[in-house]
Amino acid sequence: MLGVGALLIPGQEIRGIISKGEKPAIAVPDFRGAGEAQRFMDTFNATLWDQLAGSGVLKMVAKSYYPLEVPQQPQDFKPPTTLGSTAPAAPGRRGDAPKPQSNGPWLTDWSNPPVSANDLAFGYTAVQNGQLVLRGWLYNLAQPDPQSAQAIGKIYFGTLDAEGAKKVAREFAADILQFFGAKSLAGTKIYFVSDRSGAKEIWSMDYDGSNQRELTHYKSVSTMPTTSADGRLFAFTTYAQGNPKIMVYSADTDRRLPFINPVSSAVETPEFTPDGHRIMFAASLEGWVQICIADTNGGGMRRISHVRAIEVSPKINPKNANEVVFISGRGGSEQLWRMNIDGGDLEMLTSGQGYVANPSWSPSGQLVAFAWTLGYEPGNYNIFVMDVASRKYVQLTHGSGRNENPWWAPDGVHIVFSSKQRQVTQLYSMLADGTGVQQLTTQGNNIQPVWSKATN
Amino acid sequence: MRINPRTLSAAVFAMVLLAASAGCKKKIPVATAPPPSAPTSTTPPAAPPPPGVSAARINSFTAEPRSIERGQSATLRWSIANATEMSLDQGLGAVAANGTRQVFPSNTTTYTLTGRGPGGTDTRSVTVEVSSAPAPPPPPPSRGPTINGIDLLTREAQDAYFDYDKSELREDARQAMTRDAELLKRIFAADPSFSVAIEGHCDERGSAEYNLGLGDRRATAAKEFLVQLGVPADRLTTISYGKDRPVCTEENEACYQRNRRAHLSPAR
Repeated sequence: MLGVGALLIPGQEIRGIISKGEKPAIAVPDFRGAGEAQRFMDTFNATLWDQLAGSGVLKMVAKSYYPLEVPQQPQDFKPPTTLGSTAPAAPGRRGDAPKPQSNGPWLTDWSNPPVSANDLAFGYTAVQNGQLVLRGWLYNLAQPDPQSAQAIGKIYFGTLDAEGAKKVAREFAADILQFFGAKSLAGTKIYFVSDRSGAKEIWSMDYDGSNQRELTHYKSVSTMPTTSADGRLFAFTTYAQGNPKIMVYSADTDRRLPFINPVSSAVETPEFTPDGHRIMFAASLEGWVQICIADTNGGGMRRISHVRAIEVSPKINPKNANEVVFISGRGGSEQLWRMNIDGGDLEMLTSGQGYVANPSWSPSGQLVAFAWTLGYEPGNYNIFVMDVASRKYVQLTHGSGRNENPWWAPDGVHIVFSSKQRQVTQLYSMLADGTGVQQLTTQGNNIQPVWSKATN
Repeated sequence: MRINPRTLSAAVFAMVLLAASAGCKKKIPVATAPPPSAPTSTTPPAAPPPPGVSAARINSFTAEPRSIERGQSATLRWSIANATEMSLDQGLGAVAANGTRQVFPSNTTTYTLTGRGPGGTDTRSVTVEVSSAPAPPPPPPSRGPTINGIDLLTREAQDAYFDYDKSELREDARQAMTRDAELLKRIFAADPSFSVAIEGHCDERGSAEYNLGLGDRRATAAKEFLVQLGVPADRLTTISYGKDRPVCTEENEACYQRNRRAHLSPAR
């Protein structure tokens, strides 16, 4: 089973996010809809909650703590009257401060215990000219009055159906997350490998698992997808023409682009350089699979490693195109290594224990997620994250099954990975501290996810 | 945080490839459709029997099936009353009053049953339609002794087995490859156009990426050994399938060992 990871992940990037005390607490009461709009509010409320909760940057205050009176618009807020000489004193023990009398919803209803929220999202929907209209507000509850509390007050339009309700909920959530400095994953895409159509093909889906689509139809074995930093190219390894070779595709047209493979019995694990001009890969040369680099059309091929060991999965630091991590068997069992892109300054990053696979850089270029059998039998991988500078690492999954193929999301907060449970391998996303696991696929076996930037 | 319920199982759809028949130069004759319910027997109008004397009477005479392909058989079945002599034509001769007979006509044949009795004679005929069987497809273009090589390789070649995460040939693997070297030399001598792909395979525990390299390594190690024993290198190719083509999928060492192998197959 997947477990909750330790909370002390090194690295500036996610330190603030994973230490729970620092997450802003947000209250998100259910929105209601006027007239016809009410039919889609279950969908709306579920979508808004999931989007905010799944971001990993907010503490969601449970709805059971919320006051009964829920504001729907700014004018609903009514300051409480402090009882003075004009009214008889409420019964109470001597010495108690006079209790304010509620006149309606007020900021402190939400900022005081038991809710104890820092922020409140509220609003309502209605139908206007056949469209679904959302009026949404975000209030900072530390402020003394509604006027100064307003952080967001916007109108959103969608079609009058469940899709429209999801759309306005996502847009409102994106604005809220942007206010808190979180990057939205909306529009990002996950490439992966699925065998559900009878052969291993390259597929893509939206970041939340929706819109799953088969991109290749070679009816062979097509695996190990990767994507360029700008999201406009993807590449993979395929047996479509006999021995495993790399193919490069345009993500805009889903069409194949020219790539001349080296003369080799096996070419695999493609990886674009951050500028998108070159491609690193592993190719069998003189009997050993070695790290190579070439132009994105395959020209100008150069061999980087020269060692009697298997070396695969080169991954280039997105913030430092000179730094490469990769998997090498040169020290015995396959481990995580780093080097300069010319092959110099080699060092082994993992301890030499167990077997390591599937490195993936965080967008910040500080952390590497990877799969490691440390503490388990061969084949029983778990997901780890290492701060490359200090080589400190943390284990995110704690299963006896296979948890592998981690890939960082462009937001730097999420990781997508594959997990084999009960003979079937599916894709899951989680927060980089190992919590918030969500299943993304259900059909066939699904492996090797690659989280691509939004291209638009 | 909401966690979606895990789906416990998921369907893997088997792909069915419908192989279309290769184009042939000769048109294959189409099997003839059975004739539209041709009458199987003809009954001449029966003459009224002489008063007081019973005439021979054929109660039934059938063929089953009425329509066969050449080489197949049909069964004649009959029943005759009041007859003293009963016979079938087509050289079948005298028969009993009630009986069956299996016939193997090579062409469409009409069988006539005759019953004679003191009161008169009755005859009835039945026709068995014989169609020629559809011709088999022409033999594939001759590939000389290649067929033999494929058979030999498939039947006699032995796999080389490896330790986990290793590509060195163990003693048992060297023995298997030594026998394979002699086999390959025989096959190559008999068929100069034959070549062999050495497949490298791994068990499922390593990563897909590393296993592709490891399978390549195992195939290469097997090839190098065969070449050392005098097998011509230009007749051998290598291909790694990593862990994508296991011979078994159980999660135990016996199955893992069967998958950690180099395997010889005819090159395409």
